[in-house]
This record gives sequence, C-alpha cells and structure tokens, in this order.
Amino acid sequence: MGFFSKLFTAVRGAASEAGDALIDPQAIRILEQEIRDSKQSLDQAKENLTKVIAQQMAVERDVKRLQKTLSEYEGYAIQALDKGDEALATEIADKIADIENELEAQQSVLNGFKNSVSNLKHTINDTERSVKSMEREINVVKTTAKVNEAKEVAAAQFSGTTSSLRNAAESLERVKKRQQERTDRMNAALQMQREEAGDGLQDKLKEAGIISANASSNSVLERLKQRRQPKDPISQ
Amino acid sequence: MTNQEKLAELQVGLDGAVSELGLEFKAELIKGNDVNENVIQVIVDEREEFPVYVTVDSGQILCVSHLWTEQEVKPEKRTEMLDAMLTISIPMPLSAFSKLGNQYLIFGALGKRAPVNEVIEEIATLSENTLTAVEEFATYLKS
Repeated sequence: MGFFSKLFTAVRGAASEAGDALIDPQAIRILEQEIRDSKQSLDQAKENLTKVIAQQMAVERDVKRLQKTLSEYEGYAIQALDKGDEALATEIADKIADIENELEAQQSVLNGFKNSVSNLKHTINDTERSVKSMEREINVVKTTAKVNEAKEVAAAQFSGTTSSLRNAAESLERVKKRQQERTDRMNAALQMQREEAGDGLQDKLKEAGIISANASSNSVLERLKQRRQPKDPISQ
Repeated sequence: MTNQEKLAELQVGLDGAVSELGLEFKAELIKGNDVNENVIQVIVDEREEFPVYVTVDSGQILCVSHLWTEQEVKPEKRTEMLDAMLTISIPMPLSAFSKLGNQYLIFGALGKRAPVNEVIEEIATLSENTLTAVEEFATYLKS
C-alpha cells in the first residue's frame, strides 16, 4: 500500500468509525515510523555512495596510471624501431598489449562504478523528495486536525455552544442579521443626518423669505390648479 | 524563516488588519501540543461564527474555514450536494472545498513566501466564499 493511500486511511478511517476523532493517532504513528525508516535507509544509501565514490576514484587513478605507462612504452617501442632493434620492439609490444588489456578491464570496472554512482544519486534524490513530501503531508494532517480543535474553542467562545451543536445555516442567519442591523443603523443615522441638514436649510430659506413660511396643502393645490389652466382651451 | 517565524509574522500582520472591502480582522495564535501544530485564528468583524484558520507548513500557507458537518446534510440530498461542490470548485475564486472527518470545509493555499497583504486578501475572499457557500448550499442542509 502506497504512502498516500495509508495517509488517506489514517484521515478517513478514524472519522467514520469513531465519529469525532479526525485522524487515527495509531495510523499517524505508523506513518511517522515509516518516515524514520526511510530516513535511516537514506543515511545508509549516502554512506554507500561515499564508499562507491572512493572506490571509483581509486580505479580512476589506476586507469590514468595505465594510460601514462602505455604512452611511455609506445615511445620506447618507436625508439627501438628507430634503432632497428626489432627484437626489443617486439618485447615492448608484448608489454604494451598486456597494459592495454589491463586498461580495458579497469576501464569497464570504472564505467560500472560510474553507473552505480549515478543510480545511487538518483535513488537518494528520489527518496529525499518522497521523505519530504511525506513529512509535509503528515504535517498538513496534524495542523488541520489542530484547526479543528481551535474551532471547538472558538465555537464555544462566540456562540456559547460546541461545534457539534453549531449549525452552519443558523450561524449564517446570525451573521446576516447582524449585518442587516448594522446596515439599518447606518441608514437610520444617514437619514437623521439628512433630515437635520435639510431642516436647517429650510429654516434658512424661510428666514431669507425665499420660501413661504406657511406653505399649506391649500396653497399647493392652488398653485397646481394655476399650472393646469393654460391646457384648458386646447381640451375644450 | 522557519514555519513558526512566518506564522508569528502573519499573526502580527493580520491582527487589526482591514481588507479592501473594509472587513476588520482579529488574529490570535492558538498553541498546539507541538510548535508545528500552532494555528492562527482570524475573526472577521461581524462574522464571529465563521473564523478563518491559518497554518504554515514547509510548502504553503493554508487558510481554512469550516462550513457544515455531515450531520447537517439532508441524507437524500447528499450526492447532489457533493456533485455541486465539485462542480463549483473551479468557478469559485481562489477557494476549494474539502472535508476533514465529518466537517466540510473551504480552503485556500498560498506559497510560503506570500506577503501579509496577500494573506489578508485571501482571508477576505475565503470569508466571503464561506458565507456565499453556506447560503447557496442551504437547500442541501437540514434547517
């Protein structure tokens, strides 16, 4: 079973069985143990890598030494041929053949080491990545569970109930009611302010004689009638 | 900066902050058994019933708000509700639905280096989305 599905079980299993428990502490402990194990094998792998790299360096030195010896002997062989000493040249050629064989063998050992170093590095990187993401996932699960505990505290603090009694729809109603009350209060304040400002202006206009101080329904009716009159000849 | 330093920085930045729409925040650090379980509880003014919780882990800043519990869902409407939650997750700006145990929730995540003002906007959006979600999903919930 993969890590993700185990995590899934840890988060899900407990909730469906125990009701309130959000994560299964036992399952989390097992996952944490798995992370510790992975870290241990990671340390082991790193140690192995160091050993393999050391071996690789030793073989690399051998290869270089053989390459140097090879070119030295090739120089000797040419010098022997230049001097016309065929017998010596043949002897040197034998030696060169030996060196070449050994070089080839060491080269293939070196290639093998290079491959395993690159494989090990790959494995270590992958494991490190997955350990990190496992740790992150477990942390998210634990903090989210903590969020739930915090919610219980908050629910009791603000509505005098525990979250199991808290109902989302009712809570929303409370929030909306409060917002409505605030809007009403603001509107009322605005209205009062407008009326005050308006009344003040009316008083000033009356004082200045711009508007009639004793406007009554009769005077308004009179004014409206006068305004209608010019239309009458057309309609008659 | 460690996760805990970031969390402490966010708490200071969020407490008393005001969002673009004029929502005022109160932020309080709630300590867990382990420092890695510390959580900030953000109370948005006039929405005390729906606090937003903020946590920091190695990869992200997670903002979570709780919606309703399994017990509040009308059993005959459950499938329809889940379908609606999945469908609306993409069109809903910056937030996604989730579930932890019996609790349905809504969350948004930011990169760990996100500055405080982005977290403020995230929380304001999440708070709006929480109210909208509870209102829109009321038909699936027991009254």
